[in-house]
Amino acid sequence: MNASTNINIKKKDVFKKRSGKNILLQRLSRNKIAYVSLCFLILVHILVFIGPLVWKVSPTGLQDAGALANWSLQHPMGTDDLGRDVFSRMLYGGRITLIVGLAAMLFALLIGTIIGACAGFFRGYVETVLMRFTEAMMAIPNFFFVLVALTVLGTSPIMVVIVIALSGWMEIARVVYGETLKWKEYEFVEAANASGATSIRILTKYIIPQIIPSIIVSGTLTIAAAILTESAISYLGMGIQPPTPTWGNMLQDSQQYIWTAPILGVLPGAAITIVVLAYNFLGDGLRDALDPRFVKK
Amino acid sequence: MLKFLINRFGQSIILLLIVTVITFFLINLAPGGPSSTMRMDASPEERQAMVEKLGLDQPVIVRYASWLKGAFSGDLGTSFTSNEPVVQRIAERLPYTIELTIFTIIISIIIGIPIGILSAIKRGSVPDHIINFFSVVGLSVPAFWLGLMLILLFSINLGWLPSSGVGARGVDFNLWGWISHLIMPVLILTTTILPNIVRFTRSSMLEVISQNYIRTIRAKGAKESIVIYIHALRNALIPIITIIGVLIPRLLSGAVITEAIFGWTGIGTLILEAARGRDYPLVMGITIVITIVVILCNLIVDIVYSRVDPRVKNV
Repeated sequence: MNASTNINIKKKDVFKKRSGKNILLQRLSRNKIAYVSLCFLILVHILVFIGPLVWKVSPTGLQDAGALANWSLQHPMGTDDLGRDVFSRMLYGGRITLIVGLAAMLFALLIGTIIGACAGFFRGYVETVLMRFTEAMMAIPNFFFVLVALTVLGTSPIMVVIVIALSGWMEIARVVYGETLKWKEYEFVEAANASGATSIRILTKYIIPQIIPSIIVSGTLTIAAAILTESAISYLGMGIQPPTPTWGNMLQDSQQYIWTAPILGVLPGAAITIVVLAYNFLGDGLRDALDPRFVKK
Repeated sequence: MLKFLINRFGQSIILLLIVTVITFFLINLAPGGPSSTMRMDASPEERQAMVEKLGLDQPVIVRYASWLKGAFSGDLGTSFTSNEPVVQRIAERLPYTIELTIFTIIISIIIGIPIGILSAIKRGSVPDHIINFFSVVGLSVPAFWLGLMLILLFSINLGWLPSSGVGARGVDFNLWGWISHLIMPVLILTTTILPNIVRFTRSSMLEVISQNYIRTIRAKGAKESIVIYIHALRNALIPIITIIGVLIPRLLSGAVITEAIFGWTGIGTLILEAARGRDYPLVMGITIVITIVVILCNLIVDIVYSRVDPRVKNV
């Protein structure tokens, strides 16, 4: 009696530990660098989103300390060429950069998933048209497309997000396409089909849930790419326009002062690098953690 | 073989047509069109004259058809900003970009492939981890920032290398002037594709090493160096040809930023000028030409691949 309850408890524990999320976290924690990246990213997001509520210095207002002031208690990172508080600009700029990255990723996932899933599921001419379109988009070098689109659509933050998403969904579409082709051959999909489920229902309830792990991995790597693209177009002066700070356009401002105040160029660049690095490590770690072949090791 | 060639060529043409449709219609989404870039004091009559001169009063489809007809005879229109033919402006700049990208590809391959192989044969070791780490770092550093840091170091602090320009050409050409201007741009552009080459070589090598025939060679008692360099390497190198096709668009994107940092007067700086000046025919022409380059490279890669690897001949 006693022994059997013990066994029951143990079984429960086993089941609990084996649930999807737990396995993922367990495997992720084995990969030190991915785990550290995840913690770091959480920290950065908290800092950037909550920070401005605590640090109340305006990112656009001129400070009494004057231009290019050294660091002090009032201005932990000094002031920039116009006398604005750099620390505050880093926080607000980071907020915008990260929001642009996240929003562009979500939008790119949406486009990529719809196109990839439809091409893989419906086959026939739908597949031909959608995948040819995807290939054509991949043939246009990313940056040329972005510049053309920004020239035409303008550089408001929403347009920047849309343009980055429009330039970055192709890889996701190809991944989703490949996975859809694979999963639609399974018996449970056939069963759903036989029981009269509509195409849309099969796609959204049966196939896409199976693809979510791959989508998460692509999404993480897409954020990294989106942040890099955003900062590059801001640097070229084609992105979100000053005075709104982003890490990219802070770098653009700083280039003229690289002789006198190199720190203005080092800080935003280092921030971009570290955040993108963390997203890339996290994406790679997630890929390993979600890869079924990983179990064997 | 001929059937394969015709098939691939046809696919490339279709791809190119789709690209022209995408860019043409994208550009024609512009609110107000090119006439909105005229000075504020332009009278409505002047605007009307410009609209008529540029044929903007016709439907998009008609304009696309006439543009396409011109494009087939090598006429991509006239630049708004300089009134020169688009083809001529591109032809002036394209050689510089090709120069930059060719050096970058050669150097990336010379460095990237040995590193990738080392990483694969020492899998799981400290060098492998270090190489993997730096591959991800290379993918994450914004090229323009790295470029600024290099300028800070080599041009400002050390004064060794010029910070911008392409060096003197023509009569004033001198070898060191040319190379010194090339070093930093090539270095920056290399960092944008080197990690991909390393990672791809590594995974290609790992896949070959895990195959049965390698196990057989090992079982027969061959030395490890012979297994790797004689038997594995040749098969591992074949797929690396394909990644060159994948990397060309990435390389050309990277060239825009690299050229902007170092004032390299190639196609990248040209499209930036065109985008800032809202020079639609030029922007469109550059995009098409660049895409032709990409598609041609992919076509060549496919053909070379089918020649080198007998297994894909019948695809």
